[in-house]
Amino acid sequence: MSHNWSDVFIGVEGRTIPDPVDVEQQKRGGWLAQLRDGLAKSRKALQQQFASVMFDRFDDDLWEKIEEALIYADVGIDTTVSIVEKLEAEADSGAIKDSTGLVTRLREVTAEHFCQDDRRIDVAHTPAVILMVGVNGTGKTTTIGKIAWHLKQLGKEPLLVAGDTFRAAAVEQLSEWGSRVGCEVVKHERGGDPAAVVYDGIAAAEARKADVVIIDTAGRLHTQVNLMKELEKVARVIKKRIPEAPHEVLLTIDATTGQNGLIQARMFKEAVDITGVVLTKMDGTAKGGIALAVSHELDVPIKLIGTGEKLESLQPFDPAEFALELFGESLGRS
Amino acid sequence: MFESLSDKLQGALDGLKGQGKLTDKDVERAAREIRLALLEADVNFKVVKQFVDKVKERAMGAEVLESLTPVQQFVKIVNEELTAIMGSASTKLTFSPRPPTIIMMVGLQGSGKTTACGKLAKFLISEGKSPAMVAGDVYRPAAIDQLKTLGESLNVPVYDEGDKADPVDIAKHGVEWARQKGRDVLIIDTAGRLHIDEKLMDEIHHIRNTVKPHNILLVLDAMTGQDAVNVALQFQEKVQFDGVILTKMDGDARGGAALSVRAVTGKPIKFASSGEKLDNFEYFHPDRVASRILGMGDVLSLIEKAEKTIDQKKARELEQRLRKSTFTFDDFLDQIQQVRKMGSISSLLGMIPGIPSAKLKGLQVDDKAFDKIQAVIQSMTPEERRHPEIINGSRRKRIAAGAGSDIHQVNQLLNQFKQVQKMMKQLGSGRMPKNPFQMFGNPS
Ligand SMILES: Nc1nc2c(ncn2[C@@H]2O[C@H](COP(=O)(O)OP(=O)(O)O)[C@@H](O)[C@H]2O)c(=O)[nH]1
Ligand SMILES: [Mg+2]
Repeated sequence: MSHNWSDVFIGVEGRTIPDPVDVEQQKRGGWLAQLRDGLAKSRKALQQQFASVMFDRFDDDLWEKIEEALIYADVGIDTTVSIVEKLEAEADSGAIKDSTGLVTRLREVTAEHFCQDDRRIDVAHTPAVILMVGVNGTGKTTTIGKIAWHLKQLGKEPLLVAGDTFRAAAVEQLSEWGSRVGCEVVKHERGGDPAAVVYDGIAAAEARKADVVIIDTAGRLHTQVNLMKELEKVARVIKKRIPEAPHEVLLTIDATTGQNGLIQARMFKEAVDITGVVLTKMDGTAKGGIALAVSHELDVPIKLIGTGEKLESLQPFDPAEFALELFGESLGRS
Repeated sequence: MFESLSDKLQGALDGLKGQGKLTDKDVERAAREIRLALLEADVNFKVVKQFVDKVKERAMGAEVLESLTPVQQFVKIVNEELTAIMGSASTKLTFSPRPPTIIMMVGLQGSGKTTACGKLAKFLISEGKSPAMVAGDVYRPAAIDQLKTLGESLNVPVYDEGDKADPVDIAKHGVEWARQKGRDVLIIDTAGRLHIDEKLMDEIHHIRNTVKPHNILLVLDAMTGQDAVNVALQFQEKVQFDGVILTKMDGDARGGAALSVRAVTGKPIKFASSGEKLDNFEYFHPDRVASRILGMGDVLSLIEKAEKTIDQKKARELEQRLRKSTFTFDDFLDQIQQVRKMGSISSLLGMIPGIPSAKLKGLQVDDKAFDKIQAVIQSMTPEERRHPEIINGSRRKRIAAGAGSDIHQVNQLLNQFKQVQKMMKQLGSGRMPKNPFQMFGNPS
């Protein structure tokens, strides 16, 4: 399935990037391959499952099964309750009549629980500034490599800024991605002030007419007050040079994250006003349901998903596909 | 942010006081709260089901001990069951009689393996070992550099063959190298991998069979959700790991994944890692995490700690004095010192239930403030400490000068003290709690 990436970014010309046939990933049963043959299978499994539980009776068992599927996907209690209550109300009022109707509405209601804001990434500025934030190990640096590569394919000139001056070899890691993409990386010595390298990075982008500046930051736990302050400072420094920037602040959330993801996102949102979420590591078995809770409760769109460790392993997020994947396996099994 | 579980249980079991027995209906209500709390804590839902059934079975019709409230009784059962699953004591590493002892780290991407290697090395040094490390992550860009940088900062040698070599060979050669160098422990870092990635899972399986590590540790992010069970089972099947390192414990995740993993694999959690400094690494305390998962703060360990530290006799004397409402600055000072013996004020606050740790972290209690209070009290004369009412303007000036403080702070302390005294008077007229720390919000 190739995506029209010009629909993913605001400010790029119409162009598609064909998904390279990744033999290895297919062999491994990667997310995409799974999704492809999963689509038909899971829809059937779902319907069979429900047909066997209820015929035209909606009982507690059924609702409990749905609840469990959501909980199992890390959606969390509040959002789960909200979805199930809506469905129950529709069943009570007669709007949902049979198992086919229920399966359809289950997916729709789940998809509707995502924030419906524009999911595109705004790079229609010169330079456009994207700030990447998130907890340690969630995939910030890797995602930067992937986004930069896609932009490059679309004819944009990205420039990366090594704002993680803390973690050992973080600068080297970003530099490696820079050389794979073929774009410039602005960096300082390890241990320096991140705000300083960010300032230099934006100046360099302006001087060299780069199109998109993507800023890496050190991973931080949302509970580390000083580091959250540091992030606010980085945002201020960006504004000093370009008042309306950063145009995008993307929070990476690891799909394996549990309920703490919601607290994380809330704290990051308070500190730097995130514009979207990148849900990473969707090539594993985790369903990433925490993204639904985050999007629903904090009203932030999920913009991209990470599906591996390669430059191409990035997909635009689609709520309907997500809802399908979310129920597929867990209701089919049990 | 979270209403604490003890509050919720209190609500569920309200009006139960003095009833003597937990009825089925009460147990159902309380069990529901436990179920929700465990799910919120990311314990796998199947594990939750089994656990709650077990608790219910035990709690139905249980006698409520005289000294406990029904809520406490229920919490006690829950805690006992949790501790039973988590295991009671921390289990140590296995050291080989024929060095080097080999420790291999495995886990998902981003779980914190490389940092944990560095921390474990530092930990081992402090235990008198001379560790070395092997850079076996040839996939993630700059992973080798990261381990080498950590090694340099710890003065621990690192073996690597660049990122073109085969990880199995690197590990094999690394063991030889460590033996020749006379290092007694060898920590092998491996690339993060998905548990469903057959090729890479075969690879660590192969490393395992080649170098036969004495310890294989699964590195698990404390924030992991429901999927922890799948991850652990797959790694168990492929490499039969011996224990778990739970990372990012300085966040406010409840860490329910630890319980799930322990429940489905039977493998102990061996270490808890928190913070980015290399020394935040310690043996895991199953009991502490049991209460963290429940969101009860570390109420149980607080009580235990308090019991150990507080001189019982002094506590009784204090109670006597409170009853007579002759609470003096000496008592105040004494109390502060008792509390501080237990650790820093901020770490104590973290143990108190009902205070969400997220809020707490923002609060950052200034332990220095207590130093100042102590200094002010210490520069009072014994007479002044016993009869604070005699402290007039010139005495205040002298006290301030003696404490290196200013009049304003002395005034503030005197006012606060007056309030404490008043509060104590009210308390003193009623029954005093056996343990003065119940003032901190023990659920009762
Ligand atoms: N399987 C998988 N691994 C990923 C994905 N994104 C990042 N990673 C891996 O997760 C680990 C941490 O990523 P990194 O970008 O260094 O995280 P950062 O600390 O947030 O910058 C690395 O081993 C990455 O290769 C993804 O979408 N899928
Ligand atoms: Mg990074």
